[in-house]
Amino acid sequence: MAAANAMRSLIAARPAPPRTAGSLSWLRRNLFADWKNTLATLLVVAVLVDWLPFVIEWGIVDAVLRPDNAACRALEHAAACWGVIAEKYRLILFGRFPFAEQWRPLVGMVMMVGLLAVSCLPRMWNRWLPVAWVVLFTCFFVLMRGGFAGLSFVETAQWGGLPLTLLLSTLGLGAAFPLSILIALGRRSHLPAVRAFCIGYVELIRGIPLISVLFMASFMFPLFMPPGKTPDVLLRVFVGITLFAAAYLAEAIRGGLQAIPKGQFEAADSLGLTYWQAQRKVVLPQALRMVIPSIMNSFISTFKDTSLVTIVSLYDLTGSLGLALNGDANWRQFYFEGYLFIGLIYWIGCFSMSRYSQWIERRLAADAV
Amino acid sequence: MSDVIISFAKVNKWFGQFHVLRDIDLDVARGERIVICGPSGSGKSTLIRCINRLEEHQEGHLSVDGVELTDDVKAIEKVRREVGMVFQQFNLFPHLTVLENLTLAPTWVGKMPKKEAEERAMAQLERVRIAEQARKYPLQLSGGQQQRVAIARSLCLTPKIMLFDEPTSALDPEMIKEVLDVMIDLAGQGITMLCVTHEMGFARSVADRVIFMDQGQIIEQNSPTEFFANPRSDRTRDFLSKILSH
Ligand SMILES: Nc1ncnc2c1ncn2[C@@H]1O[C@H](COP(=O)(O)OP(=O)(O)OP(=O)(O)O)[C@@H](O)[C@H]1O
Ligand SMILES: [Mg+2]
Repeated sequence: MAAANAMRSLIAARPAPPRTAGSLSWLRRNLFADWKNTLATLLVVAVLVDWLPFVIEWGIVDAVLRPDNAACRALEHAAACWGVIAEKYRLILFGRFPFAEQWRPLVGMVMMVGLLAVSCLPRMWNRWLPVAWVVLFTCFFVLMRGGFAGLSFVETAQWGGLPLTLLLSTLGLGAAFPLSILIALGRRSHLPAVRAFCIGYVELIRGIPLISVLFMASFMFPLFMPPGKTPDVLLRVFVGITLFAAAYLAEAIRGGLQAIPKGQFEAADSLGLTYWQAQRKVVLPQALRMVIPSIMNSFISTFKDTSLVTIVSLYDLTGSLGLALNGDANWRQFYFEGYLFIGLIYWIGCFSMSRYSQWIERRLAADAV
Repeated sequence: MSDVIISFAKVNKWFGQFHVLRDIDLDVARGERIVICGPSGSGKSTLIRCINRLEEHQEGHLSVDGVELTDDVKAIEKVRREVGMVFQQFNLFPHLTVLENLTLAPTWVGKMPKKEAEERAMAQLERVRIAEQARKYPLQLSGGQQQRVAIARSLCLTPKIMLFDEPTSALDPEMIKEVLDVMIDLAGQGITMLCVTHEMGFARSVADRVIFMDQGQIIEQNSPTEFFANPRSDRTRDFLSKILSH
């Protein structure tokens, strides 16, 4: 009897209390919780009320959509002239690539974006993916260069616009990523020469602006080459971007390597894994996962930094916008709309990368817990 | 057939200026089960970590199953394939499932086909009574379960020698027994074992020899019955009175 009293009966599980649903309670909790919160909400609303009508009128209601130069001029910048995009979009998107042949960069670009999308899925990450990329880049180059089977030859200096931006970004990052892993590992090597080289590399490159790296890659390389032989301008720029991005990526990755507990290395060693096996199978999968946000940050920077190639006369998306407008006195004044247009393209690229980064981080974290 | 599988001859080691192992002489017979104890900082972990070269010694000779441990990478790889190790903090790979943790070394180090490696891994998981957790990730398991997985993982390359560095110290009391049971099973199967532990019950029931270390030296070694009944040095007596008092 005493024992029965001493033992409390178990409490049966009950369902959770209902959540206070309804948009009204949401509003109260999130927008009007106290006077500071309310003030902030009202300020934001006031700004929106003040600006939104103007933006809508300027950008949509009063805007000219037709490529009608006279109508655009008549606006006197009181509203947007989207006609400039309608008139010049092919020059903006494809740069100096011969007009009649612009289906070639279009096809190349679509293939590239397709493979990019496929590569984003973790279940496609196997040994065939790099092979697919090599094949893709080969096809892309062959198609763009032409010079066979009735395709006219187009030299790389004439490639431009969005395909060039995408090419430089993917190829540059594709080469920079493995390179940066080696550099990050090298910075932690126990071989003093390797470590010193990697530290020197990172500190040197990080100390120079990309624009100087590109400039040097373009004008200095040829000086070291035998006379009469200059490496292709695209190749030089590609090398410059790769070396630059690799230095930043290496630092991001090193941060992840440092966070791996010593016990992981010891377990790998005690199982007899070689250095490279341990890095590949144990250390890097954990380290890279930890630094996805910083890696993506570098990717986004590099994607936008490709616009600097204009200084060595390659017309990427930004460069070809200038090309499209500067030479045409009728349309030159509508550069603001032009920049909005390519800004939107860059933004779509960057925003996708940012969302992807969040998704993949959650997706990979779900694996481990 | 009591040939020697591990032999320390005048082994010395320093961490910087700190003399952590001093003139270690120790021969371990094939199949022998040794328990090492001693106060914190006495060099117990360092001693067993020298055996698979997680630490390197600076003086003396250390050979494992006929292979002398030097800077020679091939020798180190050979020794590591024959020596399994279990750590206090388990050190499972958190990004791999339990099964993948077990098959990693056999497929990459042992070049075993994946299917065979998985069959062997499952057999080891049965052995430590945890086969039903094969598809989970380590962090989804309790500490005791994780340690049993770690034991199974180190057994997958069929080592001749097993090293344990305080395998139960990080565990809650109710999980210690499940791990010790697995280790007692293992001890009955003729594998050479060196175990750093303060579980004196375990030492009494399975050890062939108990070694007491202090300040980087082996102070005393004896059969467990003798060791507990008649400790010879004052320091051993002192240590035993501390750990057996509670
Ligand atoms: N990597 C290292 N660098 C410098 N000193 C170290 C290192 N590892 C261990 N030591 C020192 O060497 C001594 C012996 O360490 P060891 O880990 O072998 O002791 P232990 O007997 O296992 O102790 P515990 O019971 O606390 O695990 C300690 O004083 C420790 O501080
Ligand atoms: Mg220790």
